[in-house]
Amino acid sequence: MNKTLLTSAVAVAMTLLSGQALAARDTINIVGSSTVFPFSTAVAETFGRTGKFNTPKVESTGTGGGMKLFCGGVGVDHPDITNASRQMKASEFENCQKAGVTEITEVKIGFDGIAIANAKSAKQLDLSLKDIFLALAKDVPDSSGKFVPNPNKTWKDVNSALPDTKIEVLGPPPTSGTRDAFVELAMEGGCNSIPVIKALKKSDEKLHKAVCGGVREDGAYVEAGENDNLIVQKLSSNKNALGIFGYSFLDQNTDKVQGSKIAGVAPSYDAISDGSYPVSRSIYFYVKNAHVGTIPGIKEFVSEFTNDKAWGPEGYLADKGLISLPDADRTSVAKSARALTPMSKPE
Amino acid sequence: MNNTPSPPPASDAPRRTIDIVNASLKRRYARERRFRRLGAFAVALGLSFVVLLFTDIVSKGYTAFAQTYIQLPLNLSAEVIDPSGSREPATLAAANYTKLIRDALRQQFPDLTERQALRRLYALVSVGAGDLVREQVLAEPALIGTTPELWVLADDDIDMLVKGNIDRTAAPEDRRVSDETIGWVTQLEQQGRVAKRFNTIFLTHGTSREPELAGIAGALMGSFYTLLLTLLLSFPIGVGAALYLEEFAPKNRWTDLIEVNINNLAAVPSIVFGLLGLAVFIGFFGIPRSTPLVAALVMTIMTLPTIIIASRVALKSVPPSIREAALGVGASALQTQFHHVLPLALPGMLTGAIIGMARALGESAPLLMIGMIAFIVDIPSGFTDSATVLPVQIFLWADSPERAFVERTSAAIIVLLAFLFLMNLAAVLLRRKFERRW
Repeated sequence: MNKTLLTSAVAVAMTLLSGQALAARDTINIVGSSTVFPFSTAVAETFGRTGKFNTPKVESTGTGGGMKLFCGGVGVDHPDITNASRQMKASEFENCQKAGVTEITEVKIGFDGIAIANAKSAKQLDLSLKDIFLALAKDVPDSSGKFVPNPNKTWKDVNSALPDTKIEVLGPPPTSGTRDAFVELAMEGGCNSIPVIKALKKSDEKLHKAVCGGVREDGAYVEAGENDNLIVQKLSSNKNALGIFGYSFLDQNTDKVQGSKIAGVAPSYDAISDGSYPVSRSIYFYVKNAHVGTIPGIKEFVSEFTNDKAWGPEGYLADKGLISLPDADRTSVAKSARALTPMSKPE
Repeated sequence: MNNTPSPPPASDAPRRTIDIVNASLKRRYARERRFRRLGAFAVALGLSFVVLLFTDIVSKGYTAFAQTYIQLPLNLSAEVIDPSGSREPATLAAANYTKLIRDALRQQFPDLTERQALRRLYALVSVGAGDLVREQVLAEPALIGTTPELWVLADDDIDMLVKGNIDRTAAPEDRRVSDETIGWVTQLEQQGRVAKRFNTIFLTHGTSREPELAGIAGALMGSFYTLLLTLLLSFPIGVGAALYLEEFAPKNRWTDLIEVNINNLAAVPSIVFGLLGLAVFIGFFGIPRSTPLVAALVMTIMTLPTIIIASRVALKSVPPSIREAALGVGASALQTQFHHVLPLALPGMLTGAIIGMARALGESAPLLMIGMIAFIVDIPSGFTDSATVLPVQIFLWADSPERAFVERTSAAIIVLLAFLFLMNLAAVLLRRKFERRW
């Protein structure tokens, strides 16, 4: 009695498992960047709500992890789309080619800006990338070109045009994608504007990277946790502090905080959209053309994403904090995305 | 150690032992009292932390079990919803319910005509409100042709406003909801059209990017399938391994080595099992990512040591006399184990299994590696459907910027804690009921 029960249970389980596992996939699988995750999920949900296709599965794996999975090969085991908070690298493209993922459609969906903000009650700052580097780097070159631990205590030490207040910057910890982007866009941009360090790039690339990427640990830079909301709260109670967070949080809290100008440009929707605000990056997703037609709905998903209702300046993604491409770019990107024009090898 | 015996008093007559004991008695009692007090203090401290945690979570989370709805008279005229009169579900589903809700809202505020203002007015209700009305109509086609007063799901900002999480008296630039919207909500409230009702969506829907539409049913089912399969796999293997190692295996260097390894495995950080699962189950066997199946396999490896150790302890606690008596009346070694020892050890084994399951329920680190950190709207209906689990859902919600997710995160934690509590309670009750003492 017990034996038959057990045997039949095992048999049922086996058929259930194998039957389902072998069936073709009818849900789009999306992997990739956590920065693009909020936008991708919003589109996925709206797409699923139309009822014609299943709601795509969106995994948050990080850009690099997503690329690895995406370039793993062609077939139902591999994802159809990967999100990226940077452009695909040439090496990743080659890996894709090697695995048989030959035709990839690149879709640039918009921008992600990083704001350096302070409380509304304080004075708006105008920083250059060099100021940011000199204020926050772990080691800076002294007058003779030797690297010393950052001696700057106040903003005035950094640049005499800035106010005489203590340097106190609340920002994300190293595990955060925002921090990576900040280091890459602001710190590295700033450190390359210093000739001594720029020269280093040729002579000692490792040291160059360490100098440009090193954020000081003596208390001037405060790791305030992954939660951008928390940083906004702390800024409104501390007039002297600056905070680093995603533009969408600045946009949601314009009543409490103001973004500092960087190289004379304030972080605004338009400035980020036309590229004049320096601390911003483009975000992308990549489509595996070989899966179109095999996995139902990929084309329709791309259409939904590249619809002005979604990614336009008035679309629902703008509500979630996406900064749209300029109108002309949007039209051309949408056209090539919907035609699934394969990308060429990135430089 | 600190009381090194003082040199014996050099004075007069030799002291009797009882005097020495009496002299130290007071100090020894004091020491015991001190120890008891420290123990009680430790328990009180631990308890107060638990109470603090629970009050914090419950006080933040209980509001998520109510959700704001707006009552609107929806004109469900047959011409709009079902022009052909066939009452076919496909036709009914295709009707534009969002427009019906918007029309009803506009009726409440007839003076609004400007397009932008109307857009802001429409934002009072959730983007998913139309779908919910559709479900209602499909379930109850008799509504068609009438103008029922239906409760329509409100947007999360309105929900926060009604729940008092947005301060109406604050300066307009300090809150997310404009004066205009507050005016509309106040007017609707005065008409009794705004109410908080039990949040069934939270318990019956999958996740969503809109807080008011987000539910834990998907994560709950994911956890259920994962745990079920984990139990089915790990319990037989664990008990079998324990039985063999404890009762049949020869005691030699090899079994010692195995024992040490099992004990070590119990202490391995769970993320390591995730990496193993990624390499072996996904990489080598090609099991699909983000499925309860692969999660259960990883969890099985993770809980096996716990179950084996608990089962061996349970087997050890069965007195040898039972085995000897069974063998004495002629039972084979196998019969002895399965007819006598195993039934007596089973309650202890089950307790171990439940505690292992409780750990698996709360675990999220190994799932990072096997694709469970994912946005999955559909509720899984099998072991190979994409799924996420409760702890991961909590993690994903805690990361969302929308304010209404704060209370939903806490509410999901409450649900998770309730299940953990129930499982541990079951373990205690099982032990109480079936435990035999000799």
